Amino acid sequence: MGSIYALVALGFVLIYKSTSILNLAQGEFLMVGAYICLSLTLDLKLNFLASFAVTMVFSVILGLLVERLVLRPLIGEPIISIIMVTIGLTYILRGAVIMVWGNDIRQFNIFPETPIDLWGVKITYLYLWSMGISLTLLSFFAVFFKYARTGIFMRAVADHQTAAQSMGISVKRVFALSWCIAAVVSAIGGILIGNIAGVGVELSYIGLKVLPAVIFGGLDSILGAIIGGLVVGLLEFLSAGYLDPYIPAINEVFPFIVLVLVLMIRPYGLFGIEEIERV
Amino acid sequence: MPAGLIHENYPSDERIFQTGFVKAWLAAFLLTCALLPLVASKYVLSTLIEVGIAVIACHGLNILTGFTGQISLGQAAFMGVGAYACSILIGKVGLPFIVALPLSGGIAALVGLVFGTPSLRLRGLYLAIATIAAQFIIQFTIRRWDTLTGGVQGMYVDPGAIGPLNFSNPVHLYYLTFVLAVAATLAAKNIVRSRSGRAFVAIRDRYLAAEVIGVNLFKYRLMSFAISSFFAGIAGALLAQYLQVITHESFSIRQSVDYLAMCIVGGLGHILGGIFGVGFWFILERILELITSTLNTAFPRHVTWFVSIREVVFGLVIILFLIFEPDGLAARWRTIRSYWKLWPFSY
Repeated sequence: MGSIYALVALGFVLIYKSTSILNLAQGEFLMVGAYICLSLTLDLKLNFLASFAVTMVFSVILGLLVERLVLRPLIGEPIISIIMVTIGLTYILRGAVIMVWGNDIRQFNIFPETPIDLWGVKITYLYLWSMGISLTLLSFFAVFFKYARTGIFMRAVADHQTAAQSMGISVKRVFALSWCIAAVVSAIGGILIGNIAGVGVELSYIGLKVLPAVIFGGLDSILGAIIGGLVVGLLEFLSAGYLDPYIPAINEVFPFIVLVLVLMIRPYGLFGIEEIERV
Repeated sequence: MPAGLIHENYPSDERIFQTGFVKAWLAAFLLTCALLPLVASKYVLSTLIEVGIAVIACHGLNILTGFTGQISLGQAAFMGVGAYACSILIGKVGLPFIVALPLSGGIAALVGLVFGTPSLRLRGLYLAIATIAAQFIIQFTIRRWDTLTGGVQGMYVDPGAIGPLNFSNPVHLYYLTFVLAVAATLAAKNIVRSRSGRAFVAIRDRYLAAEVIGVNLFKYRLMSFAISSFFAGIAGALLAQYLQVITHESFSIRQSVDYLAMCIVGGLGHILGGIFGVGFWFILERILELITSTLNTAFPRHVTWFVSIREVVFGLVIILFLIFEPDGLAARWRTIRSYWKLWPFSY
């Protein structure tokens, strides 16, 4: 679970890193991706890999559309507008999903259910695959940001938009690209979680659940997203195990309590860059 | 500014109701509201009660977010605190309603202070996230503190009474809400033009500069949180009286977002904005309800298509307002008014 949190957290971080926008609709991106993949596989009887590919294409389009239609007019607006616009987006996406697919939770059944024995730990293929895919993607993006040309562009834009533009980087293209990547990454996360927990509208709350992970690791750090995701997944698990007898179901809010503490002590997260304010 | 109105000193410039014309219209409006229960149906009345409650909550949020610039996504949670505090104070402690109501506002303000402390270090985005966390933590507490709040099942609210007024009667509750909403509007307007209000605006506009000219950031940010939560607490107590059964679901993040959206639609940083936004929101909501039910009866086989019309439309409203009218209806109202003032000779 932690590695999927990390994957979704990566979506947050990607957008924040290059555009300084916290996309609260990340959970909805995830849900939409999961639903599309599900209905392609189950209703149209497509091969899983084929529907996976179609979902990716669709996510790219979704990300582009959102960036172009919703976020671009708001460049330079105060932060509250941007937060609210992503919340407005959550309303629309969730409403659209309910319109098209209804309210029921449905199940994927793609990976074999039989657990395998891995050094004494019983684990299903599903979890292994999720972990594998997540880790591959995470390390890919870590390398991408460090070495690839586009990755460096994205970091430059994140650092200083005007300076990046005057160096010949197309800021608009970078924005569009990062929304695409974020949409794709969260769609993958959605498909993985959908496989584990079933696909329902509740999936979108994952987006909010991942917030503590993102803050914990620092909003602009990929490594932070990975570690934050793992830690929050672990915390949720551990608090369910150890604190449950005292306060039942504490694991639902425990990450948020941690979130408040982290915000009070290190608002920029473990690996985030501290903002220094000058007049 | 209307022609012939010349301010010669600050007090006259700062006056809330600048001309007799405005006062006359306001009096007419208030009189209409006061006489409405004589003719209004039960449906209209209950809608108006909801509107009054939302107006109070929005004024609080507007002071916090619109004037102080502290984004809060936890207003509904603070309302929840007020609602449960009031119901518990009446039902389990046995206080009279007239004591319990301000107390519940006070309790909400205290909780607001606690969750406002991160604002010492946080701004903007991070503060918004902290308030989301506050929302979840408060809601969780309400849901799980079974002995006090009735947990998941929620709790029944004993109807309050002041003298001959009994608030299980919607007409009486309407008058209470109405009086309190007017009081809240006046209070908000006056807070905003006081010393603290100017400090709030200074913090919103440029907090570093505000600090340099001697505004105590922490004090005023906390104060703003406390005022906002106090309003929320009162609104929550009224909502409890209105709903009669409260559960944690009446105070979820959806409601918080709705209140913020109402403020934005109305216009952040305008007192009138709170009223406009709430009015717009409720009118739209009722219209959508009508449309949905009509469509449902017309096409009973496709009910699922229509259940989420409300969500999609409200999402669109939020986005379109932010893109095309970020200052909200209050700003639009101002432009329309100034256009007509000199019409047809605008030069």
